[in-house]
Amino acid sequence: MSDGLTRSPRETAAPILKVDALSLSFGGLRALSGVSFEVQDGSITALIGPNGAGKTSMFNAISGFYRPSAGRILFDGEDISRERPPARAKRGLARTFQNIALFRGMTVLDNIKLGRHAHLKTNIFDALFYRGRAHREEMELRQEVEERIIDFLEIQHIRHAPVGALPYGLQKRVELARALAMRPRILMLDEPVAGMNREETEDMARFILDVKEEWGITILMVEHDMGMVMDISDHVVVLNFGQVIAQGRPSDVQSDPAVISAYLGSGDLAERIRKTEAA
Amino acid sequence: MRIGTFKLSYAADEALFDTRVQWVWLALLAASLVLFPFVAGPYWIYMACLVAINVASATGLNILTGYTGLVSLGQAAFMGVGAYTVAVLETRVGTPFFINLLVAGGMTAAVGVVFGIPSLRVKGLYLAIATIAASMILHFLFAHWDLTGGTRGLSMPPASLFGIALDQPHKLYWLVIPVTALMVLGAANLFRTRVGRAFIAIRDRDISAEVLGIPLLQTKLMSFALSSFYAGVAGGMWAYFFRVVTPESFPLINSIFYLAAIIVGGMGTILGGILGATFMTLVPEVLKLVVGWLTPWIPDALSLLAPIRTIVFGALIVGFLIFEPQGLAEIWQRIRRFFHLWPFKT
Ligand SMILES: Nc1ncnc2c1ncn2[C@@H]1O[C@H](COP(=O)(O)OP(=O)(O)O)[C@@H](O)[C@H]1O
Ligand SMILES: [Mg+2]
Repeated sequence: MSDGLTRSPRETAAPILKVDALSLSFGGLRALSGVSFEVQDGSITALIGPNGAGKTSMFNAISGFYRPSAGRILFDGEDISRERPPARAKRGLARTFQNIALFRGMTVLDNIKLGRHAHLKTNIFDALFYRGRAHREEMELRQEVEERIIDFLEIQHIRHAPVGALPYGLQKRVELARALAMRPRILMLDEPVAGMNREETEDMARFILDVKEEWGITILMVEHDMGMVMDISDHVVVLNFGQVIAQGRPSDVQSDPAVISAYLGSGDLAERIRKTEAA
Repeated sequence: MRIGTFKLSYAADEALFDTRVQWVWLALLAASLVLFPFVAGPYWIYMACLVAINVASATGLNILTGYTGLVSLGQAAFMGVGAYTVAVLETRVGTPFFINLLVAGGMTAAVGVVFGIPSLRVKGLYLAIATIAASMILHFLFAHWDLTGGTRGLSMPPASLFGIALDQPHKLYWLVIPVTALMVLGAANLFRTRVGRAFIAIRDRDISAEVLGIPLLQTKLMSFALSSFYAGVAGGMWAYFFRVVTPESFPLINSIFYLAAIIVGGMGTILGGILGATFMTLVPEVLKLVVGWLTPWIPDALSLLAPIRTIVFGALIVGFLIFEPQGLAEIWQRIRRFFHLWPFKT
């Protein structure tokens, strides 16, 4: 358990992730301009904003798919802006995707095991003979995946099922499982409950809270479900047209006039919160 | 997953052969492979060796194309690298065959890595064309280099084991079958570990593979290296089998043959490589028989053999792509599932 439980995340000194004046453009389109925010160790930070605000682009820049035109990304105080995605993964940066990026032909178990890739040492020679290290590692991995992840996320019944055959809500859960297998320090979730019904959403919110509190993993999530964002986040960053227009505690952000007007185009924010909470 | 099986431990659940019935079948297969040369005639022993060599090479191509999703038409040329390596070592150095085969594999792996570098940038059809270019470069080298004996190629002595020359198929059988069996087993093991999973991840969705910490270039090159190692060892065995290696021994059409074998057998399954290579090696023999029967009626039927062969190969590829893209391996699985619960449930 992390001591983030007893301390409010605002008081923990060092941010685990720091985005510093980041800009990103696609051709002429500026998707992000001078975005800065911090993610405190042990917190749940939500990145919100209307569609097209640049949230997914921000995630892609952090995980290393897009090369920003200016600015830096610091992980644990170290500049990772020039690193390839695998190097960032190795540092403990894990993520899920808005449109689920699982390996559809593989089983749930193999998908989750892939999450551990960077931490395993089996080389091609061990693998061909499946002796010694290969065998030992695979057995340890299987046991840990079963006991820590599959049990935790309650997906025992589908472990051998090919992912492509699963309903959407379960696929989202498997993607979370795979990210957890990476033993991340920070977990980035892109719309973890989009398209889920109320019950699935509540399950997912509980898993996210448990991941933070029991596993001590920092969460950065993009989410449109305002009820959930307000319920579980410690810190909220609001993007609009590629710029940060507000950030702070959920209650402060909620009543910020800039935020309310940004959401006017896509439905009143307070209205959305009431609707999702009533549903 | 098949129903009607229940596993007690993770180790049992992860095993390559998970039921007693499978072990019985495996033992039967091993026993028949051992007995085969004592009961079969020379022609069938010759065919068995040829099948095994093709299984080894097709399994290698399956690692690259079937499992990693990198289409290659260089497998035959890579076999050529292995065959020439063995021929040069046999004629100039005289090292024992198992060392020669390993060196052939290693040499071909190195060549494969070099020609695999474009795979970072290009995929699919473009990569296939890049591998054709690689084949042409290799063929040019085979035909013009002094070391490889130019267009006349190289003739070499047979492999020898404890002073016995393995100069006949029924002797070489004892080299080719165990080596191929080891290679197939190695490939099967590979896909129980992180290395094999990384290959499949790159095939299915290379973007998310990177997020999981799988370095694309390194992993793709590893797949090229391994696949070429298999081609090199298969080519080395081929050299010991025919004992004459020329630039014409490994034409581009052979690369298409191996690609066809894994399509017909089943891409991305170990069984697919075995079934496909076996099937495709035996098809021309069946054709020969059929054409032989036709000679009384069509006198020049034999001269039609080559074009008929090409047409049948083409038809098989197209037919499988359309009607059974998962190949013979999938047909086999269906049969197995059927009999697994038969006669209680059909
Ligand atoms: N790969 C891309 N190429 C061109 N434009 C893109 C690309 N990805 C995103 N964009 C554009 O960048 C802006 C931000 O998109 P995105 O980050 O997906 O928003 P959000 O996730 O907040 O809905 C949008 O205008 C979108 O059209
Ligand atoms: Mg988005």
